[in-house]
Formats: sequence, C-alpha cells, structure tokens
Amino acid sequence: MRKLKSLVLAGLLAFAPTLAMNSPALAQDNAAVAAPAANDTAAAADSASNATAPAAAEAAPAATVAAPARMKPTPGIGMPMPGEISLQKQFSPTGHTARWLHDVLLLPIIFAISILVLILMIYAMWKFRRSANPIPSKTSHNTLIEVIWTVVPVVILLAIAVPSIGLLADQYKPAPKDALTVKVTGYQWYWGYEYPDNGVPEFVSNMLPRDKAEANGEPYLLAPDNRLVLPVGRPIKLIITGADVIHSFAVPSLWVKMDAVPGRLNEKSFTIEKPGVYYGQCSELCGARHGFMPIAIEALEPAQFDQWVLSQGGKLNKGEAPANAAAAATAEAAPADGEKKI
Amino acid sequence: MTSITADHHGDHVHEHHDADHKPAFFQRWFMSTNHKDIGTLYLIFAIIAGIIGGAISGLMRAELAQPGIQYLQTWAQFSDGPDATLDQAYHLWNVLITAHGLIMVFFMVMPAMIGGFGNWFVPIMIGAPDMAFPRMNNISFWLLIPAFALLLGSTFFPGGTGNGAGTGWTVYAPLSTSGSAGPAVDMAILSLHIAGASSILGAINFITTILNMRAPGMTLHKMPLFVWSVLVTAFLLLLALPVLAAAITMLLTDRNFGTTFYDAAGGGDPELYQHLFWFFGHPEVYIMILPGFGIVSQIVSTFSRKPVFGYLGMAYAMVAIGVVGFVVWAHHMFTTGMSVNVKMYFTAATMVIAVPTGIKIFSWIATIWGGSISFKTPMVWSLGFIFLFTVGGVTGVVLANGGVDDVLHDTYYVVAHFHYVLSLGAVFGLFAGFYYWFPKMSGRMYNEFLGHLHFWVFFAGVNILFFPMHFLGLSGMPRRYPDYPEAFAYWNKVASHGYEIMAVGMLIFFVNLIWSLAAGKKAEGNPWGEGATTLEWTLTSPPPFHQFETLPVID
Repeated sequence: MRKLKSLVLAGLLAFAPTLAMNSPALAQDNAAVAAPAANDTAAAADSASNATAPAAAEAAPAATVAAPARMKPTPGIGMPMPGEISLQKQFSPTGHTARWLHDVLLLPIIFAISILVLILMIYAMWKFRRSANPIPSKTSHNTLIEVIWTVVPVVILLAIAVPSIGLLADQYKPAPKDALTVKVTGYQWYWGYEYPDNGVPEFVSNMLPRDKAEANGEPYLLAPDNRLVLPVGRPIKLIITGADVIHSFAVPSLWVKMDAVPGRLNEKSFTIEKPGVYYGQCSELCGARHGFMPIAIEALEPAQFDQWVLSQGGKLNKGEAPANAAAAATAEAAPADGEKKI
Repeated sequence: MTSITADHHGDHVHEHHDADHKPAFFQRWFMSTNHKDIGTLYLIFAIIAGIIGGAISGLMRAELAQPGIQYLQTWAQFSDGPDATLDQAYHLWNVLITAHGLIMVFFMVMPAMIGGFGNWFVPIMIGAPDMAFPRMNNISFWLLIPAFALLLGSTFFPGGTGNGAGTGWTVYAPLSTSGSAGPAVDMAILSLHIAGASSILGAINFITTILNMRAPGMTLHKMPLFVWSVLVTAFLLLLALPVLAAAITMLLTDRNFGTTFYDAAGGGDPELYQHLFWFFGHPEVYIMILPGFGIVSQIVSTFSRKPVFGYLGMAYAMVAIGVVGFVVWAHHMFTTGMSVNVKMYFTAATMVIAVPTGIKIFSWIATIWGGSISFKTPMVWSLGFIFLFTVGGVTGVVLANGGVDDVLHDTYYVVAHFHYVLSLGAVFGLFAGFYYWFPKMSGRMYNEFLGHLHFWVFFAGVNILFFPMHFLGLSGMPRRYPDYPEAFAYWNKVASHGYEIMAVGMLIFFVNLIWSLAAGKKAEGNPWGEGATTLEWTLTSPPPFHQFETLPVID
C-alpha cells in the first residue's frame, strides 16, 4: 500500500505543493488547538462550580457566592421526544410565531396541495384508464385553466410570503440596549461562552460521556458539562463566532440557529420565556466530532442568574435593578468581586 | 410537438449497408464517436457509480439503524489501518457522507440523465445523425473515469483526522482548507474539476447540436420536451460549472499556495466560498431534475395517447425554472448571518420557483386527463414521479421561508426534502426513462411484471426510508451525524428498514435487467403504439449504428 501511495504521489505533480505545505499546516493547527486548550484549563476552575454540586463551588477560591444547583431537565421540554413527528415545544416569542407559521399556515397548505394532486391523479388514472376510455381526447390547450393554475399558486405564495417576511423582520430585530450580551465561540469540538457584560471570562462546554450524562439524568449526546446559563425574560444577544472552522449554534426549542463563522461576529437575539434546560447540537459539519459538541442552555430566573454570575466571579451591571431581595443581598457582595477582576 | 410525423423510408433501404457497419470492439467502445455507444457507456458508468453510491448509503443506514456506534470502528480499520481511533471512525463517517453525495450527484444522476439519455436520444429526437462534436463527446465521457478514480482513490489518502475527504459534498471552507490536511481533499477537488470539465464539454456539445442540427421542419417549438429539458440543462451547466471551477480553484490555492480567499485572517471570507458554491449548487439541483421533467413529459404523453398539455407553457416553465434557479442560491445560507433584507429577498425569490413547477405538475395531470391511459412500467414510474416530486416540492416551499429555516436548516428535514426531489424525483425519472427506452436501446423488451414489482417495492422502500426523516428534522436531528440521542432512535430504525426494502427493489431491477438483456422478447420499432410520436420510435430497435443518413422531414 505504501509503495502504491508513493508511486501515485510521485506521478501526480499537482500534489507536490500539498505535501510541502503539510507540515506548516499541521503546525498551525497545533497552535490553534493549543490556544483554546490553555483557555480550557484556566476556565476549568471557574466552570467547575457550575458543573458540580454547590459544595464544590464553595471550595473554589474565586467564588464567594454559591452557584445555583444544576437544574434537572424536564422530559419533553427543550429536547426531542421519542417518536416525535412535529417541531419541539417553543419557549421564545419568535419561536411561537414561527411555529404558528409552520403548523397553522404552511403545514395545512402543503398537505392540501399534496392531497389535491394525489386526488386529481387517482381520479384521472381511474376515469381515463384505457379500458374505460379507449379514445383519447385531443385537447392540448386551455388558456383559462392555465391562467388559473398560474395565478392561484401566486396568491397562495403571497399569503405565505407576507407573514413569512414579517417573521424574518421580527426575528432579526436588533436587540434592545439592556440585552444581555454573551459571546459564543465554536471550537473543534466544543463551545466556549463568555459574558463580557458581567466580566465572566470564557469557559468551555464539552460533551458529557455516557455514564456521567446518565448519572445526571440527562440525555447522552445532548448534555455538555457546562451549560450556557441565561436569564429568563430578558432579551439576550448572542455574538457567535468560530475559532477554527464553521460551526452552527442551534437550540431548536428556542428557534435559534446561527452559524459560527471564523472571522465573523454573527448576532442572534431572543428572549427565553420559562426557566428550564434547552438542548441543541452543532448544526454545521465541522470535522470528526461534529456530532459530539452539544449545547445546553440553562435558563434561570433573573435572581438566580445574578447569583450564578456572582458565583462565577462576575459582577452585576450598574443601573440594573436587582430582581428581588435575595438578589439584592447577594449583589452587595458583587462590587468587591468585580473590583478584584478589574 | 403536437404531432410529428416523419417520412424517411429511405432508412430501411440502407439499413443493412453502411449504417450498420460497426468498428471492432476496442475501437467501438474506447475510441467511440457514436452518440448511442457513448450514451451506453455513460449509462453503464452511471449504473456502476449508482451501485457504489447506493452501497455507501446502505453502510450509513446500517450505522444509523440504532443509537451508538456499531460498525464505524470496524470499517475504519479498512481505511485507516488496524489501530484506527474513534476519531478516525467519526472521520470515516464524514468521508461516507461526502462520497455518497458527490458520487450520486456527479457520477450517477448527471451521467445517466444528460450523458446517457441525452446522448442517446437528443440527436435522434431532433432528427440528427449524431452529436455536433463526436470526438468531444468521447472525451466528455472518458474524463469521468479519472475523475471517479480520483474521488474513490482519495479515500486512501490522509484527509485530516483520518483518511479520505470528510468535508461534505459542499466542501465548505475552512473545513476543506485549514481543517483537512493531506492530499485527500485535493484529490476530491481535482475530481470535481475534471468531472466539471467533462460536463462543460458535454453542455457545449448539446447546445450546438440542438441549435444547429435539427432536421428540416423541426423548429424549436416543435422539439420534444425532453430535448427542451436537455437544452435548458446544458445552458445551466455552461453557466454554473465555471463558477464551481473558480470556487474550488481558490480552495486549491488556499490549501496549497498560501492564498487567503476564504480565510478571514488574510482578508478573505469563508462565506465567499458558500456564495460561489451555491451559485453553482442551486442550478445544479435543476440540472439534475430538469431532464427528469423532460423524460416524464414524453412518457406521460405516450401512455395517455395524448399530446402534452400546454406544450409551450411546459417548455417555458423549464426556461423560467432555469433562469430563476440562478437567483435564489443564498436560501442555502439562511443561517450564515446574512442581513435580514438579503434573507427577505431570497425567501421571496425562492418561492417564485414554485409557480413554474406548479405549472408543470398541473400540466402533467391535464395531459393524462381525458387520455387513454395504459399503465406500462414507464408510466407507473412517471406517475410516481409526479406525486413524489410534488411532496418534495412543497417541503421546499416550507424551507424557502428564511424564518422557518432557522430551525430546519441542516436538519434531516432538509435531507428528506432533497431526497424526495432527487432520490424520489430524479431517480424515478431515471427509472421511468430506462424502462421507456430500454426496448429501443437494447432491442429487447423488459419484463413487465418485474418492472411493476420493482416500482412498488422501490416506492414503498424509499417512502419508508425518507418520509420519517421529515419527523426527525422537525424534532431537531441535525444532518451528518453518525450517532444520535435516544429520542431519534425510532424513526431512524424505520428509515433503515425502508432502505432494506428499497434494496430489495434494486435487486428486482437488476434481475429484470439481466434477464431482459439475455432473454427478453425482441422489441418492435415502436412497442408503445400510437402515443409514441417522437422520432426514435420511427427507427428499428435497436436503431441502426448510424441513423438518419437521409434527414427526416418534420411537418
């Protein structure tokens, strides 16, 4: 085999440059991997508190506030269900509109068209079979009917296009000023999350192995170790990018999918309506472990979210009203933490 | 083409003289300049490629039949050596999806539709003795062999994590540049280059032939719809393939010569590649389906004994599909972060395509309406085509909505959609055409019972295989995954059973093919009766080695 390879390679001049380039390319790759890996270890201490029990969080030196307990996912919420034949239940306003567009407008229309075609075909096949209709008609034109089957589809498409364009406008409305900004970075093959507003540095999110996922009561291949923690009811602005190749950040139950493209900062904003765990998976082919870099969003009540931010050594933004008394109490501890960071 | 009657009794006189003088074996098949022989070579090539591409999808369905990794690691030992790692097994998965896509698109559907049926029947249908450039025709075919060899060979060369090109058929940068070290991806790109050159030469040949070599009286508006479909397809090829060539050439220079067309670090943009690729890629899907439209039009008319309803509308609907097909490419990129205005445009433009497509569907139904229908095998395949293409078409309307695509993009819903229009559309068109023209090409009748059996088993199989993929996509299963959460297990299991049924259908096809070639009843010149009005049915079956030495006159 080796001999064959070298023969073929020798014969094909075109590959000479490829081979020459191989080693530098690899070196570059290694460098690229090394950077996030360093980040990885740094972030591990931060994120350990999120992954494990609150007891561990207390042990972490940076955190003076315990992280909220890791939320248990609810079956059927934020994840696919066995044998499911429809879209996942939606938990964001655009999700509801979009699902309405699909379920109420598009689905009936496409069913009606398919069934109309099927009925017309079956009727014609039966009525005009050779034994029943030995002499074919000679009709080959009918302007009226041709105009009808051109105009009616146009009308149907217009009926779809108007709400569809409206949905697009809604979905991509820029996020309001008070939106929480989170930077999401796709790596081969894990996700990194950073909270610039709160000074929470990037931590990474790797898939949980089967035994750990099952021990946690979470679906294997959907559950990562560290979740992207977000507040409920507050507009969220994700800034999404890729570090090496293109990935895609997708959470079906929030109607979110945005490619993580190296060299670009893609923005996606949405609001989560209910606390819960919402799972997703990378949705752009990104190499060997494309299928093994899941996403989980843990949506918390604002107070708990603030608590989480503090537990990560982050600070709460000035002017942001604490959500309730409990949050206010924890917030007092915040400045000290925040200053330390700066 | 309402009624074409041809007068060329002269052919019978010469039939046994020069017209049937065939060169010796090697000269005939390896140095051919005969459009029918080259067509046959294309069809044989497409069948072999189809077996390989189909077998690869069988491997994938076997692996996906249940959650977990069952076979990939064993298979990886063949491509990556006995100590293949799990990552190499995962990489092998990407190699399989890439190979399946590229083989089916470039080495099965296109060679069969355009190279095979196009070569065989375009010259005959327009009353020409051969293609305009017979030697170029030969090189078009023979370029496919090294192209295919390069693609298959790439499996044994390093392509990043493991051996083989694992970039997906779309070869997106930067996965295909910095993300895949090693010669495998270069080989795959070179393969595309050569296959593309082959198609461009073929397209030039078809355009020249159709525009210049029509028999006296065969005006453009009398041309059979199959010829129209090939003409439109050839223009699409001619305009789209150079863009692909440019895009993948820049991939090559990015990979090997340090340019940064697709690398943001050097001022390039990964999305530039996607725009260029889909500017080719979207017309490409019409390249694959338009000849199928043409074939189905011929068959539906033949077996209803009625001229095609709304002939001009049908012809110009294809032209419209071809034109609009060039301005909708970015609906493949709704989630890449384009501006909302761009998305609105591509949503609206994409939906426009549904109009000419609808005209075609309704015109086919109107063609059988009032006809005198006989349900021969080609007809049942065509009727199957019409319905299944409709199903694939309406899910296309769903995906056209940029706002809805946010959740369906890159999921199995997309896989279901394009397999309905291609695997159940283009492939049904191919089988319909194959049964329709088999008597003409081989001189023997196929077995009608086996043909029907093939249809029904295949029909059941592909629907059980692909329909559940809509459900998987709606509930969120992403494409190109070797393993999936438990929740997706049920429909994946069903789909894999569907593959088994489909495979049985294919077995029936090959039994029918071999039996018919060896022992089929001798076919008459026109086995289909009065409904078959195009010129190929005025010739013997098989046609003389050179036909129309005296040009037929069309009135």
